[in-house]
Amino acid sequence: MSKLGLSQDKINQARQEAKIVADHTQAFIDKHTTDSVERTIVRLLGVDGINEFDIPIPNLVVDFLKHHHDPSIGIAQMLAYYIKKHNTTLDDIVAKITKETLPPQTIEPLSKEEVKKQLFPYYEKQMKAIVAQRATRDKFKQMHKLDRPMLYVIVATGNIYEDVTQAKAAAKQGADVIAVIRTTGQSLLDYVPYGPTTEGFGGTYATQENFRIMRKALDEVSIQEQRYIHLVNYASGLCMPEIAAMGAIERLDMMLNDSLYGILFRDINMERTFIDQYFSRVISAYASITINTGEDNYLTTSDALQEAHTVLASQFINEQFALRAKMPPHLMGLGHAFEIDPTIEDGFLYEYAQALMAREIFPEAPLKYMPPTKHMTGDIFKGYAQNTLFNIITSTTNQSIHLLGMLTEAVHTPFMSDRYLAIENAKMINQTMKHFGDEITFKKDGKIQSRAQNVLHDAHKLIKDINKDGLFDSLSKGVFAGIKRKKDGGKGRLGVYQKDPSYANPIIDDMLDSLKEVN
Amino acid sequence: MGYNLDNKIKDTNKNNKNILPYGDTMNDGKVQLSFTLPVKNDEKGYQAALKTAQNMTLENVMIADSITLEEEFTMYIAYGTLTNGVNYDDIHVEEAVKHTLSKDEIEEKIKLHFDKPIVVVGASTGTDAHTVGIDAIMNMKGFAGHYGLERYKGIDTYNLGSQVENEDLVQFAKDKNADVLLISQTVTQKDVHIKNLIHLIELLEAEQMRKDFLVIIGGARITGSLAKELGFDAGFGPKKFAEDVATFFVEELINQKSIKNQ
Repeated sequence: MSKLGLSQDKINQARQEAKIVADHTQAFIDKHTTDSVERTIVRLLGVDGINEFDIPIPNLVVDFLKHHHDPSIGIAQMLAYYIKKHNTTLDDIVAKITKETLPPQTIEPLSKEEVKKQLFPYYEKQMKAIVAQRATRDKFKQMHKLDRPMLYVIVATGNIYEDVTQAKAAAKQGADVIAVIRTTGQSLLDYVPYGPTTEGFGGTYATQENFRIMRKALDEVSIQEQRYIHLVNYASGLCMPEIAAMGAIERLDMMLNDSLYGILFRDINMERTFIDQYFSRVISAYASITINTGEDNYLTTSDALQEAHTVLASQFINEQFALRAKMPPHLMGLGHAFEIDPTIEDGFLYEYAQALMAREIFPEAPLKYMPPTKHMTGDIFKGYAQNTLFNIITSTTNQSIHLLGMLTEAVHTPFMSDRYLAIENAKMINQTMKHFGDEITFKKDGKIQSRAQNVLHDAHKLIKDINKDGLFDSLSKGVFAGIKRKKDGGKGRLGVYQKDPSYANPIIDDMLDSLKEVN
Repeated sequence: MGYNLDNKIKDTNKNNKNILPYGDTMNDGKVQLSFTLPVKNDEKGYQAALKTAQNMTLENVMIADSITLEEEFTMYIAYGTLTNGVNYDDIHVEEAVKHTLSKDEIEEKIKLHFDKPIVVVGASTGTDAHTVGIDAIMNMKGFAGHYGLERYKGIDTYNLGSQVENEDLVQFAKDKNADVLLISQTVTQKDVHIKNLIHLIELLEAEQMRKDFLVIIGGARITGSLAKELGFDAGFGPKKFAEDVATFFVEELINQKSIKNQ
């Protein structure tokens, strides 16, 4: 029974409209591939490392395909062909490509079954490793079952070893989730940097080695604390699926993963990133990694009171894209945020309505709720009060992933003490208001109920409009965050290819088959 | 523990030659602060905290609380008294704008003095991913009830967003024949914003384009003095809005025109 008096019919209608939006886009996705998708296949075949100029080997392999062959056949077809033709191993072919000693030949495409037969021994190893990591995570999670929102903090020193110090401290203070913020600009790199890194601006490079270093440190703390500490990074930007694959192998637990965010806020080409997102979500679903979507960001440029429905509309659409990647609802960390101007009368009531509405509409989703940022001023005392209001809503409407607000937001990246104060504030609210949400109901057609109903109504209308124009054209009209992006604009557009009939990606086929059995 | 009541304040008259922090009595010099030391939360740590506060020239230091953040990290909440004040009369401030005009007044001035729109190109440059600052000044909606430049008649705006390289910004400004460049630096780490700002000025000078544009910076940690020191025309910190920025560049462009016409 809805506490907000939301109509289930209306919710179903909105969901149905969103399904059509996603189906149309998916039809496009299914016909195309990208540079990053192909490099992900190479990585999942077990190829890693860099050459003497620091160029990642997966890039070199895919570049070979692009220079000497028609990229529309896909990297799996090419590698399978050379392995079979030379009667040799993948390692041998990759080594020859790296040393530039492989003479390009005219490829006569193999059947998809034959491609799979040639490559299965290589990718099977990574698939098994991912399944094993899933089991390890499940075992860790047995230690302690959480009955409250997960406390999520960020570290952003730029140096992975310094990040480890900060992350361990935060975990010991009570954080359940550690996100290693990426260095600014990484989303626009068309390759994934390699090895441990100690230099970054506003964050740390996402590399597989950095993932490994942080995972190891957090596993140690998890055992000490008898509580699993989750690790977060970003499967986003131009290398979205590659980073999803790295995260799956290294047992990350959550991935920021939202092509709408990349399109709007990083000006990444929409065709490219929707194709990338699909593969990355299949990988994350297979690895049981929770995704985090980025709707909260819309409210940093648009007004939270006027544009609340755009957040809900986008959540509906993101849910449908996740379903198409065979992702179960309990992995869909749909995003939203507490961003109403604190001078607005009854602003708290509207925030309450929005948060509870998301909870009711997506009952199984581990909702990701973001703290105030836009109206944080540098007045740390006022900021601490704003964060307390945010924490009350997070706790009493049962949000799942609780991004902790820092009192020094808008001043600097968090001090160790800022994180401590944030955790203490959240703990106090969780403790003193534990069953508050269960105890209260709302006045029929009062401010809170009406607000939620209106937002749902407007969201439904917006999704219908998006359906009329199609998602790509709607984005070019600026439906989200007031930002307009052209279908043929943005970064990474040149790395998109229509698939040849002979195109093969046996890894995604196997992952989808296995996910079908689960769901 | 508690305030030291024996330490009487001699003179409770406000003295502009020696301005001190105000707790609850004029000239009491009371300061509150918190800091973290990478030490254990014990007696030795407490003494280290006292000495830390004394190093800041605080007297009558009181450590109100010590909180364990981790085994080897302790946060202290400290109070103390400053006796060495500042000479308020000696302070001179770079104010880019003395009297901020309203949006209507600015539009009127533009109409009167310019026959084509003023072209403003803005961006959050370098590694800075935040667009809050530049959006607040430039976007239609503006911030806190102050409309952004995009809504002004007689001003053409181009907001390039975040993480824009200085080279790209300059090229764009050249292509659009810009009059004004607005650079936003919101959140920065290890003073990277200073390096980035210096780089922009060097780039403009190398291209012999420094005089082609009014170049204005803004951001949470930007002041007018910093802007001048780095070679910019003006700088705007917190609590400045589109009107402040527009008043400055409209008046400055009018000044430049009248100098040229002489």
